[in-house]
Amino acid sequence: MVLVDAWRFVADNPARVLGDIAGQLVLSLVSVVIAIAIAVPLGAAIGHTRRFALLAVNGANVLRALPTLAIIAIGIGLYGVGFINIMVALVILALPLILTNTYVGVAEVEPGTVEAARGMGMTGWQILTQVELPHAVPLIMAGIRTGTVFVIATAYLAGTAGYPHTLGSVITNPTLPVSQLLAYTVIAVLLAFAVDGLLLIVQRAVTPAGMKIVPVTAA
Amino acid sequence: MTDPATQEGPVGASHRGEALAIEFRHVTKRYPGQDAPAIDDLSLTVPPGETCCLVGPSGGGKTTAMKLVNRLIEPTSGDILIGGRSVLTYDVTTLRRDIGYVIQQVGLFPHMTIGANIGTIPRLLGWDKERIAERTGRLLDLVRLDRSYAKRYPAQLSGGQQQRIGLARALAADPPVMLMDEPFGALDPITRAEIQDEFLSLENEIRKTVIFVTHDIDEAIKMGDKIAVLRPGGRLAQYGSADELLGDPVDDFVADFVGADRGLKRLSLRSVGELADPGREAPPGAPSVSAGTSLRVGLSVLLAANAEVLEVTKEGRPAGAVTLAEIREAAGS
Amino acid sequence: MSLRLQGPVIPDFGNTSGCKANETFCWDWFADHWDRFAAELVQHVYVSAIAIVIGLVIALPAALVAYRLPRFETPAVVFSTILYTIPVLGFFLLMIPVTGIGLFTIEIALVGYTLLLLFRNTLTGLRSVPPEVRAAALGMGLTPGQILVRITFPLALPAVMAGLRVVTVTTISLATLAAYIAPYGLGQSILFYIGNTFISGLISAGVLAILLALVADALIVGLTRLVTPWARARRGGA
Repeated sequence: MVLVDAWRFVADNPARVLGDIAGQLVLSLVSVVIAIAIAVPLGAAIGHTRRFALLAVNGANVLRALPTLAIIAIGIGLYGVGFINIMVALVILALPLILTNTYVGVAEVEPGTVEAARGMGMTGWQILTQVELPHAVPLIMAGIRTGTVFVIATAYLAGTAGYPHTLGSVITNPTLPVSQLLAYTVIAVLLAFAVDGLLLIVQRAVTPAGMKIVPVTAA
Repeated sequence: MTDPATQEGPVGASHRGEALAIEFRHVTKRYPGQDAPAIDDLSLTVPPGETCCLVGPSGGGKTTAMKLVNRLIEPTSGDILIGGRSVLTYDVTTLRRDIGYVIQQVGLFPHMTIGANIGTIPRLLGWDKERIAERTGRLLDLVRLDRSYAKRYPAQLSGGQQQRIGLARALAADPPVMLMDEPFGALDPITRAEIQDEFLSLENEIRKTVIFVTHDIDEAIKMGDKIAVLRPGGRLAQYGSADELLGDPVDDFVADFVGADRGLKRLSLRSVGELADPGREAPPGAPSVSAGTSLRVGLSVLLAANAEVLEVTKEGRPAGAVTLAEIREAAGS
Repeated sequence: MSLRLQGPVIPDFGNTSGCKANETFCWDWFADHWDRFAAELVQHVYVSAIAIVIGLVIALPAALVAYRLPRFETPAVVFSTILYTIPVLGFFLLMIPVTGIGLFTIEIALVGYTLLLLFRNTLTGLRSVPPEVRAAALGMGLTPGQILVRITFPLALPAVMAGLRVVTVTTISLATLAAYIAPYGLGQSILFYIGNTFISGLISAGVLAILLALVADALIVGLTRLVTPWARARRGGA
C-alpha cells in the first residue's frame, strides 16, 4: 500500500526528512529575503518618483515569463551548479511579484492624500515612509505571500540545480519508489499551505488599522 | 411564436414616432416582508407628448413608480396603460425596447464605441447598417455633438457628453415614451442647466411622453409640464402644473416641499409681458425691462430701484407697465 | 527511464569543428543541432497550447457558474488552489501509476495549474461590470442572454486576458519539466545536457525556452489590445 509505505518512509527517516524540510525552508527564506531587499526599495522608489515605471512594469513581466528550469540550465552554463544557481532562479521567481505590488501600492495612493501630506509640510522621504509605504503594506505583503508560496513550491528544483539538501532530493529523482515521491510531494504541499497561513497572519498583524486588506491576485 | 429579440414591439410597431399617454390606474407596489407599500394606490395620467416630473423626498417611491412602467418592477395590484394598452400584456423585452430609458449614472457600455452604444437597440431590432449609421448621425446632431464622436469610446467623453449620448441612445429607436431617472443629477450646475435647456428644446421637436424623476423641485418646475409630488409611503400628494403647485399647494407637505420661496419660484414661470397692461404708461424715471423678462427678475429690478412701477418694453418701445402690487398678487399664495 | 542517463559524457560534436569543450556557446554546434531543438520547440508549443485551451474550456464555464451561483466559488477555489500548490514534478510523477507515461499525464498536470488563475480572473472580470451598465442594458430591453454575451463577457475580457497571459508563461515554464516523465519539449535537451561539461546544449535549450515564453507573452499582449480596443481609450471627464 503506497500510503503506508509513504508514512513508513517518513517515520523511519525523521532526520533526513526534517533535514530536507529545513533545507527547503532555508533556501526559500534566503531567496525571498534577497528578493524583498531588491524589490521593495526599487518598487517604492519607482512608485514615489513615478520615473521608470514603464520600464519596471515591463521588466517585471519579462522576469515573470522566464521558465525556472531554463534559468537553472543557463545558470549551470554560466556559474555552475549549487546553492547559488537555485537561489538565483528563486529570486527571479519572487522578485517581479513583490516589485509590481510595491510599485502599485505606492503609486496608487490617492493624489489628494499625497498633496495633503505635502501641504502639511512633510518631506518626500516622510511622505514615502509615513503615508505611501503604510498604504502599500497590504499589497506588498500580498506580493511577498504569493512570491513565498511560489518559491517554496518550486524550491525542490534545487535537486536539478545540483543542490540536493531539499525536498528535491526525492522529487527530482524519478528512479525512487512512488511511496517516497508521494511522501515528499504531500510534505511540499503542506509546507506551502503552512507558510501561506503564517504569512496571512503576519499580513493582518502588520496592516495598519483602518486600512482594509486589499485582496490581490497573483495575476 | 416570434422571437422577441427580432420582433418589433407592439407599442412601437403601430405608434413609433408618435407620443402616447401613460396612465397609472390604482397602482400599488408592496415589497414582500415590508408592511408599508412603496407605492400606494397611485392614479395619474400623463397626456401624450407631455413631461411629467415625479418629485418627492427619498423613500417616496418616485423611482419605483417609474420602473413600474417598463416593468423593471412588477406592480402588486393595479395597472399601467400606454396608449390605452396595459403594459402587462406586452412581452417584457419588447416593451422595454419601445421605451427610452435614461439613468443618472448613464450606464454607457464602456467596450462599445459611441456609435455602437447609440445603435444598440436598432441593431437588436434588425435594422440594416446604413439605416443605423444614418440614425446615429442624426441623433448626434440632435444632442449637439459632432458626428466624429461616433468612433470614440465613452471613457473619452466628459460627464455631460456622456449623458447626451445616454439621451441619444434612449431615443435611438424613436420610442413613443421615455423614462428618465434623475438623468442630470450627477452633472455640475452649469452643465446641468445647459443640458436641461437642450432637452427642453429637443422635447419641442420630438414630442415624447416623458416621465422624469427628480428630487430637485426647481428642476421639476423647469422641466415638467406637470408635476406629481409623492409623499413618503408612495401616495400621490398633488398632481398639477408647476403654477398650480406653487400657487395652490393642497397641504403643508406640498407647501413645504415646493419651498418657502414658492412665491418667487412662481414668478419665474411668467414674464412681465404677460402681466403688463399695454394701455398703462409708466411714470418718468421708472425702471424698464423687456417683455420677455421673468416676473422674478422684474421684481428684483423694482426692489433695486426702490420703485413701484416697472416699464415693459417690446423691441425697445414702451409696451405698458406692471406695478409692484400686481407682481405681489401674481406671487400670491 | 531517466533521459539523463542516456546522455553521452562527451558531447556529440557531429561534423562541427572549431568548438572548444569549455566554450560558453558555440554557434556552429547549435546550427548543426538545430533540427533537434526545432522539433522540441514545436512539441513544447503544442504541449503548452493543449493545456491552455483545455484550461480555458474548463475554467470559463466554471467561472460563469460561480458567477450565477456564488456558493460554488469556495469549493472551486479550494480545489484549484490545491492543484496549483502541488509541486508540478511531484504531480507528474504521482500521476504515472494512474495515467501512465505519456502526453495524457503531462496535460492533466499542466491543466491543473491553469485552472486557479483562469477561474479567479474570469470571475473577477465578470463581477467587475459596473451595476449601472447592467441596469441600463436591462432597462433598454436586452434579454439576460444578450446582456451576458454583448455586455458582461466583453467587459470581463481584460481580466480574462490578464489571467491568460500569466497562465501562458507559467505553462510554458512548467512544460520544461514534462521531459522528466515523457520525451516532450525543450526540457528533453535541458535534462540531456545537464550533466555535460559542454554547456552549449544547456544554453541553447534554456534560451529557446525563454524566447518562447517571451514571444508567447508578447503575442498575448498584442491579442489583448486587439480584442479590447476600448481599454486603451483615455479616461476623460468626470
